[in-house]
Amino acid sequence: MKADCKDCGAEITIPQDSMVGEIITCPDCGTDFEIISKNQDNIEIKEAESVGEDWGQ
Amino acid sequence: MIRICILFDKLRFEEKKLYSKIKEKGIDATLVDGKSLIFDTESSKRDPTFGDIVLQRVISYYRGLHLTYCLEHIGLPIVNSFSISEICGNKLITSMILKKNHVPTPKTTFAFSAESARECMKKLGYPLVVKPLIGSWGRGIYQIKDQSMAEMLLETRQDNDNSFSRIYYLQELIDRPSRDIRCIVVGDEIVASVYRYSSENEWRTNVAVGGRTEEAILSPELKEVVLKASKAIGNGILGVDLMEDKVRGYLVHEVNNTVEFRGASAVCKSDIAGAMTDYLVKMCKK
Repeated sequence: MKADCKDCGAEITIPQDSMVGEIITCPDCGTDFEIISKNQDNIEIKEAESVGEDWGQ
Repeated sequence: MIRICILFDKLRFEEKKLYSKIKEKGIDATLVDGKSLIFDTESSKRDPTFGDIVLQRVISYYRGLHLTYCLEHIGLPIVNSFSISEICGNKLITSMILKKNHVPTPKTTFAFSAESARECMKKLGYPLVVKPLIGSWGRGIYQIKDQSMAEMLLETRQDNDNSFSRIYYLQELIDRPSRDIRCIVVGDEIVASVYRYSSENEWRTNVAVGGRTEEAILSPELKEVVLKASKAIGNGILGVDLMEDKVRGYLVHEVNNTVEFRGASAVCKSDIAGAMTDYLVKMCKK
C-alpha cells in the first residue's frame, strides 16, 4: 500500500499491518504523517502533530 | 462480554500489542483516538464507545489528564485514575508523594523563580541534576556541573515561554552504576523488571536516548521498595524507575502513568500486555 507525501510528493510505503492512528515517516523528507483511515484499496494520511513538551509516558 | 477501550492519541508499539492481546484473549477491544473526542456537561456513561473500562494510553500528558477527568466524571472505570495521572505526570508531586509515604527517593529541591533557583544551586553545590516538571524520555534533563552551566540553564529557561519552565526541580546526583531499573507493576504485582544501561557518552539511561535493556534480578529488597512506591501512588498500571545508590540502596526517582514496555518486552519472558489485560478484566468485574 502506498501514499504520497503531502510535503515533497515522494512515495511512502505503508506496512500491511499498519493501523489507523499510527505514525509513518516520509523516507525522503522525514515528515511524519498519521494514518487517519485505511481500507483495502485506500489509505488516508494527514500531517502528524509535532512532539509536545508534555509528551511522554 | 466485556469490552475494553484503549484510549490513545498516537498509536505506538504498546497500544498495538495491548489491542492484539485483548483480542487474543477473546475480549472485545476498541481503539479510540482521544484527539477525536468531544465532551460536554451532558455527556453520559451510556456512550457505548468506551465499553466497560478504559485504558488510558494517551502520549500527551495534559490531553490524557483532562480526558481522564471527563471519563471519570461520567462514571466510567479508567486505568489509570485521574489522581494517579496527576501524580505521575508531575515530578514535583511524585517526589513529594514518595517522600510522604516513606519511599526512598533522591533529595530534591524545588525553586519557583530563576533567582531562587540560582541561590539554591549555589547552596546545594555541584554537580546536580535539573529536570523539567513535566516530560519524559530524558528530555530536558541536565547534569549541571558548575556555576556557568547553571547560568546557561537559567537563561534558557527564562527564554522559554512555558509556565512550568519557571519552576525548578533540582535533584542530587546519585552515585550509581551506569544503569537504572524499570519495574512494570500491574495492580500489586511486578510483571517485569529491567536494567536500563546508558549508552556510550550518555549518562541518562532512557531507552529513548539509546539506553539498552536487560532483564533485572528482582531481589526481595527491590520488590519491597517497588510495591511500596506503587501503593503510595495509588496502584494501577505503573512503571516504577529506581536507581541503585551505592550507600542508600534503591531510590525511586520516577513513576510512569502510561508506561512504555517495548524495551522490557524484548528481554523479559513475562507476558506484560497479558497481565495488563487480566488486570483490566479484574477491575471491570469489581
